[in-house]
Amino acid sequence: MADPLLRLTGLTKAYPGVIANDDVNFDIGENEIHALLGENGAGKSTLVKMIYGLVKPDRGSMVLQGQDYTPSEPSEARQRGVGMVFQHFSLFDALNVAENVALGMENPPKTRELAERIRTVSEEYGLPLDPSRIVGTLSAGERQRVEIIRCLLQDPKLLIMDEPTSVLTPQEVDILFQTLNKLRAEGTSILYISHKLEEIRTLCDTATILRLGKKVATCTPKDTSARELAEMMVGASFATPEARQTTLGEVALKVANLSLPAPGAFGTPLRDVSLSVQRGEVLGIGGVAGNGQDELLAALSGERLSPAGSIELLGTDVSRQGPMARRDAGLLSGPEERLGHAAAPNMSLTENGVLTAARREGLLKNGFIDWAAAKDFTEKVISTFDVRTPSANTAARALSGGNLQKYVIGREIMQRPEVLVVNQPTWGVDAAAAAAIRQAILDLAANGAAIVVISQDLDELMEISDRFAALNEGRLTDAVPVAGLTIDTIGLMMGGAQDMEVAHA
Amino acid sequence: MDLSSINPVLLVASIMVSATPILLAAIGEMVVERAGVLNLGVEGMMITGAVVGFAVAINTGNPALGFAAAALASAVLSLSFGVLTQLLLSNQVATGLGLTLVGLGLSSLIGKPYEGMKSPTLPKLDMGFLSDLPVVGRMLFSHDLMVYLSLALVIVVWAVLKYTRIGLILRAVGENHDAAHALGYKVVRIRMMAIFFGGACAGLGGAYLSLVRVPQWTEGMTAGAGWIALAIVVFASWRAGRVAIGAYLFGGVTVLQLNLQAAGAAVPVALLSASPYLMTILVLVFISARGAHGAPASLGRPFHASA
Repeated sequence: MADPLLRLTGLTKAYPGVIANDDVNFDIGENEIHALLGENGAGKSTLVKMIYGLVKPDRGSMVLQGQDYTPSEPSEARQRGVGMVFQHFSLFDALNVAENVALGMENPPKTRELAERIRTVSEEYGLPLDPSRIVGTLSAGERQRVEIIRCLLQDPKLLIMDEPTSVLTPQEVDILFQTLNKLRAEGTSILYISHKLEEIRTLCDTATILRLGKKVATCTPKDTSARELAEMMVGASFATPEARQTTLGEVALKVANLSLPAPGAFGTPLRDVSLSVQRGEVLGIGGVAGNGQDELLAALSGERLSPAGSIELLGTDVSRQGPMARRDAGLLSGPEERLGHAAAPNMSLTENGVLTAARREGLLKNGFIDWAAAKDFTEKVISTFDVRTPSANTAARALSGGNLQKYVIGREIMQRPEVLVVNQPTWGVDAAAAAAIRQAILDLAANGAAIVVISQDLDELMEISDRFAALNEGRLTDAVPVAGLTIDTIGLMMGGAQDMEVAHA
Repeated sequence: MDLSSINPVLLVASIMVSATPILLAAIGEMVVERAGVLNLGVEGMMITGAVVGFAVAINTGNPALGFAAAALASAVLSLSFGVLTQLLLSNQVATGLGLTLVGLGLSSLIGKPYEGMKSPTLPKLDMGFLSDLPVVGRMLFSHDLMVYLSLALVIVVWAVLKYTRIGLILRAVGENHDAAHALGYKVVRIRMMAIFFGGACAGLGGAYLSLVRVPQWTEGMTAGAGWIALAIVVFASWRAGRVAIGAYLFGGVTVLQLNLQAAGAAVPVALLSASPYLMTILVLVFISARGAHGAPASLGRPFHASA
């Protein structure tokens, strides 16, 4: 084998209490798309941060193109030809595209010249962008383009991409893959982080799998089945949700022609949204991030009031009622943002439990909080949903993302809702925990609750939903049965095609 | 009431003098806030600048040295705020309020021996034929150097923020410090420099009060000018041009209402005294209502570069 582009030898990085990377070795070849696979907390992010110079390794060495490579900061990594596209975009909402690109470059040219280059490069790679647009107004897919273009303008040898497809429609994923293949053909190697196995099998030449900070294997994904890859990642096989027989009851939640203006400068208005969910049914709502998911959840949960007559819960109009009244009537919700929206970061799990469950679970006595009952309730959630926490008194912010997610979803499910609305229930949760959350949602539906799951994970929606609808710029398509849906149809729905009657029939 | 007792030429001239200290403090604070730091200690830095500038000018007989010393003293004082909030991650609001209290106390201590003295003041500039123009010459072209420096500073700040790379980086840090850090910019260092600049500007504003506008030292002489500067930054939606409008509006109404009081206007004195505050806020709210320009997204949020 020829000399690799980048060779990692014995990379180790420890944080207090946890070893993020333990003696990791692998090579990234020239002209190669190399996948880095692993569950949340497997150490992928720390590893790429070391390559990009954001984190210094405790031990180990890196060799780039035959020369020692010890970047002490990102600008040095960029000078050596290493670029990175972040998972949580490192963009500035209030600045325009050209300014954002300039911030990521060492020696940006004059503004006019830069705008011109952004235009030509973005078109050359099939990712058209207008340099003068304010980034806050772009869709998630367009924002990712900004990051990619920012890297491409510096002719990188190695491009690191952290979960690039998690926010894209299937069509946008295709475009991205074409771009990446073109880059490889032109001599750029790509380190591609993902946990979507099928994607890796279509796109990547080589895959390295991390588990608990250690390298498990390097293999050729095309010759390895998705099942094998998953088992290497998790280290054990995990339960897939059981198939089930749906028995549908009365309509529990009905939304008719709901329109709401955008809540802020960067929000999305809801436009004429109609949906209905029956007892025992799971309605999956897909769509690219920022197309009205948060706004829809806020309208359903009661955080924002709606025009009278637009939202009906179990036959009663609740449009003008706030979250408390809707909770009392049986409509519970779990928003996307765990810290700060679903849970108060500095309050303990018990206190967070009281915040939503006080009335339904009788945690109040004569207007005072019954702490014993609150603790019992919290501990019941912790044990039922396998939340790994030192105690019920631990502050919410001290839990890892996955564990907190299990807690906030479990907290709502344990209150036996009639209708449950959740946004991104398994976002950032490892595969085993995600499977447990999905199973709990299905069980709840089997017991006669109506459920709305808003998610950007299409596999998840296909797995648990009975019907599927998509949000696009605040419009909701008609819901269609999941059985028989093809990825093309889903893509069209997410892209906003309005002629869905054909698929519906 | 006798409106003829108000001389429009003198009125405009004194508006420019009255607006300058607030303009200086506000433009400095705007830069600080654009970098994502909320420094509520403007009042304390201003009055420190006022007393230090006054003391140095008296002792050296040179008002220019007074201004320089005032800028330096307030900037050093602001660095204590920077160390506490940026390095030790203390709460910005509480630390800023503390800075104001420290400044007020420190200034009355330093200023005790100087009460009742009169300082040398800045000479009026002679701008040749411009100053000789009828009416306009008296109004606009016969002030001291600091008036013009403060206006030039507004233009420089505006141009730097809009057109230069350092301005872009400063805005980026204030907008999203995590992203700026991920791109490899030194968030804390940039914020420290902004805080230092803001302190120096507040010091100049304070010294202008004690060396030109009054020119005397009395305890607590800033009388809320620092707070007004803070309010102007917010209502001006963090834009340099609007900060200038706000400062001149406030200065203008202040001078006008004093003139009206002197002319014996049939309006309650309390209402006249409150009018600069009301007018400034009303007008700036009206301006910023059109076009949504929010606060820098990281304003007041603590930054810690955890991995």
